[in-house]
Amino acid sequence: MTNTDAVAILASNVSRHHKLGTTLIRAVDEVSAEIKKGEFVGLLGASGSGKSTLLNLIAGLDRPTAGSIEVLGRNLAQMSSEELSRYRRLKVGMIFQSFNLISSMTVIENVELPLRFAETERSKRERLVHEALDRVEMSHRLAHRPSELSGGEQQRVSIARALINNPLILLADEPTGNLDSRTGGEIINVIRRCNHELKMTVVMVTHERSIAEQVAERMILMTDGRITEQSPPAHEVCR
Amino acid sequence: MKTYDLLELAGRNLRESVLRNGLTTAGISIGVASLVAMLSLGSGLQDLANRRLSRSGLFDTVYVTSFRDFRESGPEERERKADVSKARPLDQSVQKDLESIPDVLEVEPEVRFMGEVRYGDATHAAFVAGLPPSDKGNENFEGMKGRFFASSHAQEAIVQMDFAKNLNEKDPNSVVGQDLILRYAERQSFRVDSDPSSGMSDSSGFSVVRKEQKLKIVGIIDQEPFGGMRSISRARLFIPTQLADDLNMMQYSDLRGITGDAVGQKTYLALVVRVTSAGRVQAVQDAIKRLGFRTYSILDATKGLRQFFAVLDLFLGIFGSLALAVASLAIINTLVMAVLERRREIGIMKAVGASDGDVKKLFFAEAGAMGLAGGILGVLLGWSIGRFINFGVNIWLHRRDLPPETIWSSPLWLIGAAIAFSILVSLVAGLYPAARASKLDPVQALKYE
Repeated sequence: MTNTDAVAILASNVSRHHKLGTTLIRAVDEVSAEIKKGEFVGLLGASGSGKSTLLNLIAGLDRPTAGSIEVLGRNLAQMSSEELSRYRRLKVGMIFQSFNLISSMTVIENVELPLRFAETERSKRERLVHEALDRVEMSHRLAHRPSELSGGEQQRVSIARALINNPLILLADEPTGNLDSRTGGEIINVIRRCNHELKMTVVMVTHERSIAEQVAERMILMTDGRITEQSPPAHEVCR
Repeated sequence: MKTYDLLELAGRNLRESVLRNGLTTAGISIGVASLVAMLSLGSGLQDLANRRLSRSGLFDTVYVTSFRDFRESGPEERERKADVSKARPLDQSVQKDLESIPDVLEVEPEVRFMGEVRYGDATHAAFVAGLPPSDKGNENFEGMKGRFFASSHAQEAIVQMDFAKNLNEKDPNSVVGQDLILRYAERQSFRVDSDPSSGMSDSSGFSVVRKEQKLKIVGIIDQEPFGGMRSISRARLFIPTQLADDLNMMQYSDLRGITGDAVGQKTYLALVVRVTSAGRVQAVQDAIKRLGFRTYSILDATKGLRQFFAVLDLFLGIFGSLALAVASLAIINTLVMAVLERRREIGIMKAVGASDGDVKKLFFAEAGAMGLAGGILGVLLGWSIGRFINFGVNIWLHRRDLPPETIWSSPLWLIGAAIAFSILVSLVAGLYPAARASKLDPVQALKYE
């Protein structure tokens, strides 16, 4: 029997279908999965397997066409648009393959952006931004714009932005996809630290099994919108 | 999102596309300038008309006569069916009563009589009229040769140009500063014991004594004063009203008064009541009627004039707004382009927690900021255009020997309303782009390159 207090994400028969012309695309098809609080899960699959779509559903950026996704005990499918934006603002942080920093904003402004939407007091913002940037070792490029940063630096800023509102869940969509292996390794280490030190639940989408194996406690493999394989948590294997 | 964050983000976004947003703002400012220019012209012309009318002394004036006077037999008299002998004559007590009515500025008797003027060796007949000190500001005395009376008791005279030509045909202007002798009839009241043969209880009356008064000519006026609409217009020589009163100059009303009961007291032909503004004339007129006097004013003409300017302002406002309507299309275009260009940015904002409302408000704030900036610039531009046109008009007037005029007026309410209207139009124009931005699917927006 599942201990609901320990579950961070619970997907039950989740589907995300959409039509492309007359063809029905089953991006995610009747997926069920359970991710525990503080767990580091690697979501693997080939391109077009539905892993990013599932991540977007968990992030509350998209809504399932069937099934339910419960995150921290609340069903995202039943949330209003306003509740979903509040959920994205406070409960989850997202990292993207293409960093998704706003090019016209400086590092500080990008990291501060979620605090504006969360209506955090102005007096507290500077401290929070500096703390988040310290954590990703980016305190030295505060006034730079994204175009003046390397890929690795941009991804660090993106992580700082994802951490700024102290979310419980970190969702990373191919965070090393645009980086060389050394920089990718550094970013993976930053994400692992978030999982270990901040006890954050991490779901990381990747198509590189080797990267997932380095850090993930458990791996979920997706093929054509369905989960085809779930490896047990690392501690279970050890036992 | 808090207001200062909203404004800060909106300002930052507007700065990112300075040229496009600047051009849109310039479009709004031209629209507002056109609106301000049109309405300022309407307002200026209305002010000019009001100024001219109020300074003409016709539209803020009520003429009061007694029912004892047989000027006419209109509906008022028929309605009253009153015994004219019981009607109050216009004397100093009535003057005081009228002065106590709210919104009355001054009450002066109308002084008018026929006199004889000796200037040099020649003698001339002339109608003489009294002028109160308040007439100094009247447009009729603008640009006069010489000056107005030094005081209300000054032994001075102002003559009309035609009369000045009578006095000195070759050089009429030279009469200013010269003396003339006014020969007039002085009214000396008396009261005698009752005369049984007349059948009257007493015999009051007055003697008429010929008198002379030396007056210094201090000014010449070119035109007939008050557009020929007041009875003093027919006068050719003007003296201070108070001086005429001091000298007990006999007037036509005294001959009418000899048959009435108030023979011994000084009465006036008419009292001229000046009111604070044309808008208060009706109320004052009603109050005077309640006291039992006949009144007359040119109020109806001002009503028609106000209607005319209301319609003129409406049409000018509609034409002025056309440019602003075109500018609002530019705002829609700019913001729709911004939504397309910033698709990904909108997706990022939604991914990090912005609600649909936050995105909508952000685009609204951008539209409002463009409206505010366009409104302020437009008011400045419209004001500058007005100053320029006014300058040109005054050059034109100057070349025709006419006094300068202000045909342009931008009152504070107009400036405030123009800026507010500009913001309102911009917000309405921002409705569609803001709704479009807020409804963007974040997943699709994040995929947008």
